[in-house]
Amino acid sequence: MPLLTEEHLRWIGTSDPPTTVEVSRRDIVKYATATEQRQERYLRGDEAPPMFVFNLFSELPTVEGLRRDGLAARRQQGPSLPLKRVMAGGTSVEVHRPIRPGDVLTATRTLVGLTEKQGRSGPLIFSEYRTVIVDADGRPVMEENQTGIAR
Amino acid sequence: MSDPNGQATSPEPESPPEEPRTLASPPPIGELRVGDQLPTRSHTPTNVSLFMYNAAVWNHHRIHYDEAYTTQVEGHPGIVIDGPLQGDWITQVVLNWIGPQDELVRFAYTNRVAAHLGETLTSGGRVAAIDIAASLVELELFVVNEQGAVTTPGSATVFLAG
Repeated sequence: MPLLTEEHLRWIGTSDPPTTVEVSRRDIVKYATATEQRQERYLRGDEAPPMFVFNLFSELPTVEGLRRDGLAARRQQGPSLPLKRVMAGGTSVEVHRPIRPGDVLTATRTLVGLTEKQGRSGPLIFSEYRTVIVDADGRPVMEENQTGIAR
Repeated sequence: MSDPNGQATSPEPESPPEEPRTLASPPPIGELRVGDQLPTRSHTPTNVSLFMYNAAVWNHHRIHYDEAYTTQVEGHPGIVIDGPLQGDWITQVVLNWIGPQDELVRFAYTNRVAAHLGETLTSGGRVAAIDIAASLVELELFVVNEQGAVTTPGSATVFLAG
């Protein structure tokens, strides 16, 4: 009896609403300092280290909108999976060009795959999301593929 | 473990060619060998450095700063070192190795084993494959804990301009 139904699989190919962020030099410097970068171009904020994009496009919830664990109480868009314990799988990133201060970046996240596998300790559902980041001219900046594993 | 200062060690003339060597920066691609190692770096996050990281990426998840909550409510052995921070260290192994004209074109990482405040983690890598015609090098990367367990395996593709 498969766990994934037609209703779940219909979500494949759907995207979250795009999110746009303007990159500031000061934010790059904060990130570069906190991660103890060694390249001057990052520490001066001339260019952002590639992992600067982590969480860059996430919603900024209000304090009263937070749960007890400190995370946002918002409902995730996407299929409601029958397995609830979600772990991060792998992250894979293609870098098309460096991010610089003043860049206006738009990220769009799309569910590209939903597969079910039989693990040793029970069934697993793999959700694959692709996030495409483009600049103000629509040119590609970065593409991230991320797998979530529900069990 | 290779030289922690990240200095290139030139092999003795009599040493066998397959002996791994650590290179502070990439040589011309024709001189690079599969198995060549990138310099290692140790990371010991502190309460303050972890706070700075989570503030910079605007991550307010309590398991990264509230020890009582993290251990007593969520049952972790200590404050959790962020997985994406270790992903950043994976990229830094490469970015601090390549030259200004070289490019990191792809990278990947997976957070496999949890790491906690108080641990010292070591990042590093080795050359996994070389495509001289395309000037591309595949790297195998890691973050390892003091017990020798790889907390975050990774990989990258770099374009070597030189």
